[in-house]
Amino acid sequence: MKIHEYQAKELFRTFGVPVPDGGVAFSVEEAVDVAKGLGAYPVVVKAQIHAGGRGKGGGVKLAASEAEAKAFADEILGMTLVTHQTGPEGRLVKKLLVEAGQEIEKELYLSLLVDRATAGIVIMASQEGGMDIEEVAATTPEKIIKVRVDPLTGIQGYHLREVGYGLELPTAALRGFSTLLKNLYTLFVKNDCSLLEINPLILTKDDRVMALDAKVDIDSNALYRHRSLLDFRDIDEEDPLEVEASKFNLNYINLDGNVGNIVNGAGLAMATMDIIKNAGAEPANFMDVGGGATAEMVENAFRIILMDEKVKAVLINIFGGILRCDVFAQGVVAAAKKIGITIPIVVRMEGTNVEAGKEILAASGLNLINAVDLKDAAAKVAAAI
Amino acid sequence: MSIFVNKETRLVVQGITGKEGQFHTRQCIEYGTNVVAGVTPGKGGQTMDDVPVFNTVRSAVEATGANASMIFVPPPFCADAIMEAADSGVELIVAITEGIPVLDMVKVKNFLATKTCRLIGPNCPGIITPGECKIGIMPGKIHLKGGPVGVISRSGTLTYEVVDQLTKLGIGQTTCIGIGGDPVNGTNFIDVLEAFENDPDTKGIVMVGEIGGSAEEEAAAYIKAHVTKPVVGFIAGLTAPPGRRMGHAGAIISGSSGTGQAKIEAMEKNGIRVCMNLGTIGEVCKEVF
Repeated sequence: MKIHEYQAKELFRTFGVPVPDGGVAFSVEEAVDVAKGLGAYPVVVKAQIHAGGRGKGGGVKLAASEAEAKAFADEILGMTLVTHQTGPEGRLVKKLLVEAGQEIEKELYLSLLVDRATAGIVIMASQEGGMDIEEVAATTPEKIIKVRVDPLTGIQGYHLREVGYGLELPTAALRGFSTLLKNLYTLFVKNDCSLLEINPLILTKDDRVMALDAKVDIDSNALYRHRSLLDFRDIDEEDPLEVEASKFNLNYINLDGNVGNIVNGAGLAMATMDIIKNAGAEPANFMDVGGGATAEMVENAFRIILMDEKVKAVLINIFGGILRCDVFAQGVVAAAKKIGITIPIVVRMEGTNVEAGKEILAASGLNLINAVDLKDAAAKVAAAI
Repeated sequence: MSIFVNKETRLVVQGITGKEGQFHTRQCIEYGTNVVAGVTPGKGGQTMDDVPVFNTVRSAVEATGANASMIFVPPPFCADAIMEAADSGVELIVAITEGIPVLDMVKVKNFLATKTCRLIGPNCPGIITPGECKIGIMPGKIHLKGGPVGVISRSGTLTYEVVDQLTKLGIGQTTCIGIGGDPVNGTNFIDVLEAFENDPDTKGIVMVGEIGGSAEEEAAAYIKAHVTKPVVGFIAGLTAPPGRRMGHAGAIISGSSGTGQAKIEAMEKNGIRVCMNLGTIGEVCKEVF
C-alpha cells in the first residue's frame, strides 16, 4: 500500500526522524493558514499524489511570501499533474503539503528496502541526493553505499557508522544521522514497510540532517497487524474499477487495451495477456480470480470487466485445479444473464470437471465462442474485435 | 527417479482440520501420498478421516516418523508453523499459504539458514512426483508419470497449463515443482536445477518464470555453467506495465529491473530455448526433448 508524503512524515515524527515543520492542506485557504503558522518565508508548496517526479512536473514550488504561497496553492490544487510515474493521463491534485523552507548544505539519498536476494533489510545511501537514483546506480554504482542488516539481530552501531562515514558527513552531523537511521530502521520494521525512501535527505548549513521528502510503501499482506495504518489508504489515488474489484478479493489492474480477460492464477493471467498481445490485440486488464474463486467472485469479475467501456471483447481462460470448471461456468452464466452480453466472449476451459463446465455453458443458450486451446483462443478473440 | 519426494515420503499436514487443509489432504491421499499425521493445536488426539491429529509437529514426528510437511496455516501464523516444522526435524517443508508478510519470511529464511531442511514456497502449488507422491494443490491427473522432463515454475495454474500440454503430447514428468510467487521464498530455481541435473531420469528441464526480481537471470547463468541437460524456458508478463504488482507479491517491474525482455535475453544468451507463446510450449518441448 502506498501512502502520501505527508502521512509518511507523520510516521517519521512519531519515530523521531527529523522533518521540516509543516502541515497538509485541502484548500487554498488552509494552505495559506499553514504558511502563516510557519511564521517565516520561504515555504514549500508540494502536491500530494501517489507518484514520484512531482517537482519536474510542476507540482512543487518555493514561495517567498504569503501572496506567492496563495498563488502556488491555487495553481497546484486541482491541476492534473503528469510525471514519469503517473502515465500520460496524470493525477488530479487534491491535497498539498506546505512546509518551512530549509537552508540546504548538501542533498543526500537514503533508503531501506527488503532485498530478495539476500533475504535481509538493505540500507542504500548516496551523496548523489536529489537525483534519479536508478540512473546513479546504473552509471556510477560506486557512488551507492549498500549495507545489509540481518533481520534476526537487527541494526547495530557498525551499520550506522558504515553508512554515516560512507556519506562523508561532517563530524558534527554524525550523531544526529546515526539516531535518524536507527529510528528509520525501527519505523521500517515496526510498520512492515516494503520500501522507505528519502530523496533528498538534507544536511543543513548548521550540520543537522533532515528528511526533506518521504516515500513509504507498506506491505499489504501485513496490514492485518497495523489497523491504524489503514486510515492512510487514499481511495482517490486508486482506479475506481480496481477499488471495486478489491472489495471482492479480485486481483485486477486496469490497462489500456480493448480485450478484457478473466483468468485464474496470476502467472497464467500474465501469460494470457501476453498471448492476446501476440495475436495482435491489446489486453484491457489483468484479472486474476484466484485459485479458490467462487461463482460469486466470477460473477463480480465479469461485471467489473464489462463496466470498462474500452472492452470490445472478452477472453476467459480457466485452468481448473482447485477452481472447478463447472463452478466457474455457473458463475459466468449467472453474470451473463444478469448483465446481458453485447460483445463477443471467447471461452477456453481446461482441467477439473471441464466436460460438466462445457455442458453448462452450451445449455445456457448464451452466445459464447468456444476455444479448444490457448492458440485457438487468442486467434478467436483477436478476430472478434 | 525423481527429486525431493517419492514413495518413501511420509507427510504431516499442518492445518489439517481447516477447510483447505482437509480438502487437499484428501486429494493427496487419493493420489497415493502417504499422509501419516496432521497438526492442529488444540485438536490433538482427534483424527481427520483416518489420519491422527497432533497438537505439535514435534509430537507428530516422534509418533509417526513424518519426514515432510505440507502447510495450510493462515498467513499470520505461517512463519511460526514453518519454523516449528524446521525445528522438529522435518526434512522437506512445503508452504502453500498465500499472503505471508515479507518481513516474516525474511526472518524465516535467515532462521532456516541454520537448519538442514528444505522449504518450498510459500504461496506455491507444491511438488509432485507423478505416480508416487503429491504434496500440494495441483490437479493430480493432468500429470504423466515416468519422466523424462522436470518442471520448475514460479506460479500455479501456469504450471498446470504447461504440464497439461506436455502430457497431451505424451511427454511425462519426473517431478514438477512450483517454487512460489513471493519475493522471499525457500527453494529457488538454482536449487531445483541442480537437483534435476543430478537426477539420472530427468533428461530435460522446463523452467517457467515471470517478471520481477532477478531469479531467472541468475538461473540462466547457472544453467550455462552447470547444467548439461536441455532447458526450455518461458517468461510470463511481457506486456505488464512497470510499477504494477501483477497478483504475485514478487511480480513487479521496478525501475529497469525485472522486465520480461531482460529475462528472455539472459536465457537465450545462456543457451536456453525460450518459448515466446504459452500456447506452443508443448510443441517446443516435443522438438527439444
